[in-house]
Amino acid sequence: MAAASKRPFRWHIGVFLAPAVLVYTAIMILPLAGTLQLSLFRNIDQSQVFVGLANFRTLFGDPNWSVGFWNALRNNVWFFIIHMLVQNPIGVMLAALLSSPRLRFAAFYRTAIFVPTILSFVIVGFAWKLILSPLWGVAPNLMDLVGLKSLFTPWLGKEQYALTTLSLISVWQFVGIPMMLIYAALLSIPEEVIEAAECDGITGMSQFWKIKLPLILPSIGIISILTFVGNFNAFDLIYTAQGALAGPNYSTDILGTFLYRAFFGFQLQIGDPNMGSAIATMMFLIILGGVCVYLFLIQTRLRRYQF
Amino acid sequence: MTTKLLTALLLGTSILGFAGVANAADVTLNIESWRGDDLAIWKDKLIPAFEAKNPGIKVVFAPSAPTEYDAALGAKLAAGSAGDLITCRPFDKSLELYKKGNLADLSALPGMENFSPVAKSAWQTDDGKATFCVPMASVIHGFIYNKDAFDKLGIKVPETRDEFFAALDKIKADGTYIPMAMGTKDLWEAATMGYQNIGPNYWKGEDGRTALIKGEQKLTDKDWVAPYEELAKWKPYLGDGFEAQTYPDSQNLFTLGRAAIYPAGSWEIALFNTQAQFKMGAFPPPVEKAGDTCYISDHTDIGMGLNAASKNADAAKTFLSWVASPDFAAIYANALPGFFSLNNTPVKMEDPLAQEFVSWRGKCKSTIRSTYQILGRGTPNLENETWVESANVINGTDTPEAAAKKLQDGLDSWYKPAK
Repeated sequence: MAAASKRPFRWHIGVFLAPAVLVYTAIMILPLAGTLQLSLFRNIDQSQVFVGLANFRTLFGDPNWSVGFWNALRNNVWFFIIHMLVQNPIGVMLAALLSSPRLRFAAFYRTAIFVPTILSFVIVGFAWKLILSPLWGVAPNLMDLVGLKSLFTPWLGKEQYALTTLSLISVWQFVGIPMMLIYAALLSIPEEVIEAAECDGITGMSQFWKIKLPLILPSIGIISILTFVGNFNAFDLIYTAQGALAGPNYSTDILGTFLYRAFFGFQLQIGDPNMGSAIATMMFLIILGGVCVYLFLIQTRLRRYQF
Repeated sequence: MTTKLLTALLLGTSILGFAGVANAADVTLNIESWRGDDLAIWKDKLIPAFEAKNPGIKVVFAPSAPTEYDAALGAKLAAGSAGDLITCRPFDKSLELYKKGNLADLSALPGMENFSPVAKSAWQTDDGKATFCVPMASVIHGFIYNKDAFDKLGIKVPETRDEFFAALDKIKADGTYIPMAMGTKDLWEAATMGYQNIGPNYWKGEDGRTALIKGEQKLTDKDWVAPYEELAKWKPYLGDGFEAQTYPDSQNLFTLGRAAIYPAGSWEIALFNTQAQFKMGAFPPPVEKAGDTCYISDHTDIGMGLNAASKNADAAKTFLSWVASPDFAAIYANALPGFFSLNNTPVKMEDPLAQEFVSWRGKCKSTIRSTYQILGRGTPNLENETWVESANVINGTDTPEAAAKKLQDGLDSWYKPAK
């Protein structure tokens, strides 16, 4: 009797999961494991030798590596802070404006603001390099028209401004993404909630702060984590605008460019895949840590509203 | 059915038979290269000239993209499908291939005696015993100037540093032209066109360079800091916003006639000839006082080696001996003005600007860039750090002494000179 009540093994679950699992394993999990493995080895006399954590000791103990690493991490944190302080608030604000029923040409604005997001980094990097060029750029002339020529400096070439300038270029490019996500979240707020608020006399700005903002907080959380992951994986914009040496004087060097130089080498520097993997592993751990903090500390505390 | 099969079989063998005959008659050599730009020169000039003299050897020039060359070549060598002749990058990339046994030793190749030790240094083992590529071309550093601007302002070509800075002052005071077209955005301009350009006059070319490799001199010595002191003095003569000026910006500033002096490498000649609408001249890096020995950076750039696994080694050696001959040098140097033959026999060139550059070899002593041979190996990489520090010195972020100290400290961390 017991044998008859046993449910047959459900093969179809495995069969349907298999394609996704196989593809994901082949292109994500295996390379990741390979990177982690590579970081524990070192090339000694043309053969890979297991060295335990020696690469990490070099990365943090040898000033030739650690200074570069901390500099890149510091710059990366600043890159992230600018995005959080500028990109996301502007994104939320734009979404709030777009969702206002009285705004005309909303579809046009939405598209126009979103377009840079689909441009290639290479185009964005070169376009801004030209715009800001002190020789042929339009920026000096435009600033001259409004009498602000004296404020113009070659931003991308100055150590103290270059990273902030690049962060703002990146903000310009990606502000469409938080805008779209928040816009969608705002549209999904049911009319009844808004009407109820209006009946209670909450309108205008206070309606946004007291009713809408709490309802879109989960979306803002998602955007923050997307920004975090995107920023700590960033590489392309710095590489196209400043080159692999992330000048001037490494002031725009972020983890991605630091990894690139270590892994692939640059000019006469010969690539060191093992040290590169050690840096990649650190990037993975930093991002993993950030995502865990979000998932376990923040997301669980966000209140969810069911309609 | 049987007849069909038989016909096919016969047809197949006959084709194979023909192919066999063709192979026996001609040897085909394949050249691996990253110089896709030179395809026309090889096809129309160099290869026909060689084939006319050496019937029975066919040569095919098969370049790949510069950025893919090293990786593609490595893969082909590993798979055994690489061409017979391999275009050599200078220094460690080729040395590594030689050490792996991919490149054959060419020290005894007829024609090698046509090259000076400096020319061969880029493709030699550290002890100088084995040479594994035939030097093809080098690039020379100096300054290209706008002759019309110099005539208009009544400036004569500077020979000493004082004259050089006097000329810059005069151009700046006049205001029509930006005195010097150089930017620090791309970093390497400051190092290659700046430090490595004027430096050899201070560190006395090969004497200083080899002393640095032997550990007898340090980058913090006076001779090595002094070029940085001069670079720091260049700052007021560069254009507005030079910190964000890129290499193409500098080229355009000069060829549009907006700048008077361009710290140059000879590879610019071909481009400048087609773009600039004014007369140009060139002068070598100025010396301290008139009559001093001058030193120029005559940097080895391209060579050609023999794939150790080549099945046609004898034919390939015949070809390489021809590459080492003055005949090859004459065709190559004229087809590519700015890439100078390293051959000891002087080559007659048509281009006046190229002639000017190459004439310095007669009166000055040649050296190569100081950061390449042996010293360009470790981490932190001396060449890359030199880019960053040269730009820092011009930007005023680092003093010359601080920059030199950083470079020497980085070098000390991995380089122990042989005792």
